[in-house]
Amino acid sequence: MTSLVNAAFDERRKNGLLVGYLPLGFPTVSESVEAAVALVENGVDVLEMGLPYSDPVMDGLVIQRATNTALTNGFRLSQTFDAVAAIRSRVDAPVLVMTYFNPVLQYGVEEFAKNLAQAGGAGLITPDLIPDEATEWLAAAEKYDLDRVFLAAPSSSDTRLDASVTNSRGFVYAVSTMGITGARSDVDGAARVLVERLRSAGSTNIGVGLGISTTDQVREVLDYADAAIVGSALVSALAEGGSQAVGELAAHLAAGKR
Amino acid sequence: MTLLRNQEGPYFGDFGGRYVPESLIAALDELSAAYHLAQQDSSFRAELAHLHATYTGRPSIITEVPRFAAHASGARIILKREDLNHTGSHKINNVLGQALLARRIGKTRLIAETGAGQHGVATATAAALFGMECVVYMGEVDTQRQSLNVARMRLLGAEVIPVTTGSRTLKDAINEALRDWVANVDNTHYLLGTVAGPHPFPQMVRDFHKIIGEEAREQVLALTGALPDAVIACVGGGSNAIGIFHAFLDDPGVDLIGCEAAGRGIDTAEHAATLTMGRPGVLHGARSYMLQDEDGQTMESHSISAGLDYPGVGPEHSWLKELGRATYRPVTDDAAMHALRLLSQTEGIIPAIETAHALAGALDIGRERGPDSTLLLNLSGRGDKDMQTAGEYFGLLGNSS
Repeated sequence: MTSLVNAAFDERRKNGLLVGYLPLGFPTVSESVEAAVALVENGVDVLEMGLPYSDPVMDGLVIQRATNTALTNGFRLSQTFDAVAAIRSRVDAPVLVMTYFNPVLQYGVEEFAKNLAQAGGAGLITPDLIPDEATEWLAAAEKYDLDRVFLAAPSSSDTRLDASVTNSRGFVYAVSTMGITGARSDVDGAARVLVERLRSAGSTNIGVGLGISTTDQVREVLDYADAAIVGSALVSALAEGGSQAVGELAAHLAAGKR
Repeated sequence: MTLLRNQEGPYFGDFGGRYVPESLIAALDELSAAYHLAQQDSSFRAELAHLHATYTGRPSIITEVPRFAAHASGARIILKREDLNHTGSHKINNVLGQALLARRIGKTRLIAETGAGQHGVATATAAALFGMECVVYMGEVDTQRQSLNVARMRLLGAEVIPVTTGSRTLKDAINEALRDWVANVDNTHYLLGTVAGPHPFPQMVRDFHKIIGEEAREQVLALTGALPDAVIACVGGGSNAIGIFHAFLDDPGVDLIGCEAAGRGIDTAEHAATLTMGRPGVLHGARSYMLQDEDGQTMESHSISAGLDYPGVGPEHSWLKELGRATYRPVTDDAAMHALRLLSQTEGIIPAIETAHALAGALDIGRERGPDSTLLLNLSGRGDKDMQTAGEYFGLLGNSS
């Protein structure tokens, strides 16, 4: 049992980790691979590559627009594995795939897990799949030794936080605020409380995401969490200035690590 | 033997569940618990029954339509008149139930999605009645083809937000409502308008609509002395269909037939015939049949009727299809419009275009089964909102003669 993400957390916990999200296929598959490489070269510790999906209910406008562009530009699910392999051949950071559940279900949960493992992917982050509905995915993840990152929310009961912690491997994704993805001026104070509750539930690897877009916010989150997750801000930078801009923003954000 | 009509969520066979972000689970748990308590609480049931008697106009009547039925080989056709409910469709049954429940759990703001606008109007009505804030998400395309209902919602005091993402129709309105709910779940109840979505919505919305079939079953028995041979309803998400089917689920002699929107034809890409042409997947919080491509991306649906223009369907319908207890057949835009005009001109009843799909189905089913058959049809909504579409379709607008 070798969790790529656990290993990264163990190695880098002292400084705190920066997790960077970008959609695969935006604006094209090859450009998204370049941008992912640029993130890691500029201080991102773990990659979260999102699969474009027609109905992304957890995402705000920035990510909706980007994933919609990726679909319009012809992104196909089967390109996921080559893209992950291409990233892994160039950088060492673990690559988690962030995906809504239906594409995985339609591909075949076990087949998807097998191909992701073969491509060198670390596992999945599943925003619309709670552990209660994840029996098939958990079995496939176990079989192919993949990480599974479930979400925890400020509204989650203690019992549900326990379920998130118990079923997650890699880290637990603590949703900073009740809402969807997108930059916010204040990262909710609820995040700090949620992280404390997840610690009580026994989690050692906690990433905080939603609304984080500045170096100061990364610093603030890493004061109490193990990882800060940035998405929409990076997607905006990529949309406006390509790989170079996204790399520069990653370097700025990484300055917020301990 | 377990009765089909006692089936409860979250699962209907392989369908249903709660495929939503963790942030919403607490709200769904709260709603499930509140609904469970309300079901046991005679004061809740009495309050809803009182509203139905004094506000909705229940029980709704049945009307036999022999002049229309003459075009269906003279089969007996009986309409359950949900179009006569306050706000003009069956939607009010569910809306009043959920609004009462929302008030019980301390929510002050109602949000809703709407396609044709009927559910949005019903929700805006309940919000006005209970003094609650109301926001309705409606695909931009639908705000244009149902502009009269937009005006009705605004007059009732609701804010109508046109949704400009995705295909700009009902499916995208649901996405936006879910996003709103995730962010505002503390004070907001998402008043979902059909038997789709995560548990407890499919079961709860069904339970609020099953009064349709319960009344109709007694009314038809009183009129004819027997159960009908078939019960027919249009199916988009499936709320009016489940509402009238439910009381008959354990009557094996009664066929249950749902009529889906075939749009320009199921041999084209422009239809909304989810159960006929789709396959199981996860959309909007539940596992059910849906229209999707090979990669699991939701496909855009098409129907002349905004209320049926949805690429998903409630999980209980998927279950009934797999069990073989209900069958579903496609009805094209043209067949529905023909039936709409036929009912208008033979019986003086103008149905909603959604409902007209069931009427077109009944014409075929009557011809298949002959004059000795009795068909009960849920006349789920009235057509006032559709006059622009119908006027354009039949060339009835303007001064031309």
